[in-house]
Amino acid sequence: MQPSIFSCLASYVHYNMAAIVECGADSNTAENHMSLKKALSVASPLSLRIIAECSVTKARACDLILPHSAVSTPVFMPVGTQGTLKGITVDQLEGLGCQICLGNTYHLGMRPGPDLIEKANGLHGFMNWKRNLLTDSGGFQMVSLVELSEVTEEGVKFKSPYDGKEILLSPEKSISIQNSLGSDIMMQLDDVVSSTVTGPRVEEAMHRSIRWLDRCVAANKNPHKQNLFAIIQGGLNADLRKACLDEMTRRDVPGFAIGGLSGGEEKDDFWRMVTLSTDHLPREKPRYLMGVGYAVDLVVCVALGCDMFDCVFPTRTARFGSALVPWGSLQVKHKQYAKDFQPIDPDCQCPTCKRHSRAYLHALFKSDTAAMHHITIHNIAYQLNLMRSVRQSIVEGRFPEFIRTFMKRMFSSRDQYPSWAVDALASVNVTLE
Amino acid sequence: MAGSRIKLELSRVVQGKSRLGVLKGLGRTGQHSLEVPGCLLYTHFGTVPHLTQDTLHTLSNLSSVTQVTLAEHQEVLEEFKDGFKKFAGLHDTVLYCSLHDPAAPCPPGYTTNKTVSVWGSGGRIELTVAKFMALQKTVRPDWYQSMADGETWQSNTSRKRVRKSVDRTLAHLDECLLVHQNSQELQGVEVFGVVEGGDILEERVRSARETAKRPVAGFCLDGLQTGSMDQALRTQLIAAMTKELPEDKPRLLQGVGRPDEVLACAEAGVDLFESFFPFQVTERGCALCFNFDISPDPERAGRAPPAGVVNTGETQPNGDVTLDDQTQMTSFEINLKDKRYQDDFRPLVGGCGCYCCQNHQRAYLHHLLVTNELLAGVLLMIHNTAHYNGFFSALREAIANDKLDLLKRRVLGERGGQTERKE
Ligand SMILES: [Zn+2]
Ligand SMILES: [Zn+2]
Ligand SMILES: [Zn+2]
Repeated sequence: MQPSIFSCLASYVHYNMAAIVECGADSNTAENHMSLKKALSVASPLSLRIIAECSVTKARACDLILPHSAVSTPVFMPVGTQGTLKGITVDQLEGLGCQICLGNTYHLGMRPGPDLIEKANGLHGFMNWKRNLLTDSGGFQMVSLVELSEVTEEGVKFKSPYDGKEILLSPEKSISIQNSLGSDIMMQLDDVVSSTVTGPRVEEAMHRSIRWLDRCVAANKNPHKQNLFAIIQGGLNADLRKACLDEMTRRDVPGFAIGGLSGGEEKDDFWRMVTLSTDHLPREKPRYLMGVGYAVDLVVCVALGCDMFDCVFPTRTARFGSALVPWGSLQVKHKQYAKDFQPIDPDCQCPTCKRHSRAYLHALFKSDTAAMHHITIHNIAYQLNLMRSVRQSIVEGRFPEFIRTFMKRMFSSRDQYPSWAVDALASVNVTLE
Repeated sequence: MAGSRIKLELSRVVQGKSRLGVLKGLGRTGQHSLEVPGCLLYTHFGTVPHLTQDTLHTLSNLSSVTQVTLAEHQEVLEEFKDGFKKFAGLHDTVLYCSLHDPAAPCPPGYTTNKTVSVWGSGGRIELTVAKFMALQKTVRPDWYQSMADGETWQSNTSRKRVRKSVDRTLAHLDECLLVHQNSQELQGVEVFGVVEGGDILEERVRSARETAKRPVAGFCLDGLQTGSMDQALRTQLIAAMTKELPEDKPRLLQGVGRPDEVLACAEAGVDLFESFFPFQVTERGCALCFNFDISPDPERAGRAPPAGVVNTGETQPNGDVTLDDQTQMTSFEINLKDKRYQDDFRPLVGGCGCYCCQNHQRAYLHHLLVTNELLAGVLLMIHNTAHYNGFFSALREAIANDKLDLLKRRVLGERGGQTERKE
């Protein structure tokens, strides 16, 4: 096939390959059809269609059908903590091709509060976002943001930073707030322990998270329109993770998140827990790796079999003038760009790179907040494009090649490759030369 | 400067003063035009505050003239060589370069016989005519204001100081014009002369008369900004100056943006205004909501007026016009941080066609403001710019159809008249 024709037919080919994978006559696929049916029979408002699976790694490309629209995975989900994405309008976000973004239950539950959002027809209505939303349980923020929080079997107790009132976030309360927010995907309340903690507390948290999952499932008032994901816990202990996986996968939940990671643990431990989790998660359900968003982590964890990711980093770092590029990042505010008349990334097609130079953005940072918005747009475009390229390479059966090219561009030399990434990729049969 | 290309075609002059027309022949190739009375597009370094190209272009009827103030960044522009428009990615606009940012404070006490000082992000920059003209050559605007000593706006400025400012400003203009005429780079670029004179009528007249003798394309009326004097005096001074100015050249008033003052000044013969006012309203978390509907359409009149608010105590008038701090709220806006908007699911202004009003509600804006979210500035800037542009269209319509009095009643609020109930 000639390259030019190939690029013209890319989307068509894409579709055909999907058909091939789905109709392929191996027993695995037939089995998958069966379990898909089973999943559909309980009428969860979600379906997952596997479009392609990498023949070398554990990566997969899927269409995740959610109540508001379809989502192409692997997917990066930008975080709109307080019902807005850092100075970007919902039209701009849609224009960048974002199909799903996050809202934070803790923040929104505090301000403007679940009752008001319910009156505004949920978070979709309140922020006027027409595509999908995922909300977290609020537990993580509570434990990380509120100093005086206490976890009991009942839930997480904390003092409101706004009025000092004592509040209990129970599994029921978290789901009730998320029901008011009306997100397409809700997260169970889990007992969050820092990933660097070891010992009996980790085991207690794992068992409690399972009990809380059952309470969350029972509390969901909208099982027909809101999906509830379980969160796999167990710290960095493989036996505990495995026990948690066994218990939770026995529940008929529409999807699973891998939790309790990316909290400062060693990367060697991190990837081993991720790959252990995907090894035991059902093939026909989506897998969401929480809090992961650095480009290298994304590419590696897709290879390990994860479908969904979120992280505040790309939007947070944008506000400090840090633009994400295929070779790492570019600090627009640094002096060296004051007279650099190229776009941030000459190959980037985002609205910022199509119009503005590094030098203009550098100067604009001194005059107006719009400079931040420009970088935020670029960074979201970067994350979404990265995932689109990853997906396309999976569909076209060249994901391992994609990884090698990606790593070469990201690091100046082979000895710069992080060893954990090299090991993780080797575990899924990708060797980096 | 053989014959400026800018042509003001007046279609109507009411009572010898308020003028309706089109400013034609703008831009290097003369293809742009601007209706008057009209306003310029206020920017920070070529960017409308908070807005990117996507969000800016949700606005229709944007002014064709972009105002910038740039004394800093000369170095990078020199290196870039192709002028500011290209540097800032401004493709299809007329660029006007002013000396000061009308929304930024300009501390007095730094002007000398040969220099004026402007303020950038890095502090004070002292400009001589040579430096000022070198800057224009690197910026390469379509039109710029000549260097001027406008330090007469404080009350108690002595007659002597006012006279000196007029003399200096004329001397600066002559020097600027001399450099201009000998600069290849500035061919086809227009110069506006600056009229000074503080609050002294004779000095205003002298400044206008002398400036009008020079080959300028238009006039900036300086030293009359909000806070420097009351409107009655401002009106009187403007009327005296415009009498001395040629009919066919535009008059740009600096530092005045409040709707009531704009109305009075347009009535006195001003053609162009800067649009920093919507920006100031945005920065204090407020939304413009004053009524300017003069449409005879009974259907429209029967509905809620386009301004969702007609003086119901929803806005907070703050007393006397002249003494206001520029950052203080005016009676033309609502403060969305106010708790009363937390569960108000109406658009900022009913019937407003802007992106913000078409897509979002007051409750959401309230939430964005109390949580300090950046989107608040973006959405408010869109609405406030749209509302302000709408007001200028109404002003032109009013002059065209003899409805200035009606418009004034609408804008200033028919106190005790039509009221709007909450909920
Ligand atoms: Zn870009
Ligand atoms: Zn902004
Ligand atoms: Zn509006």
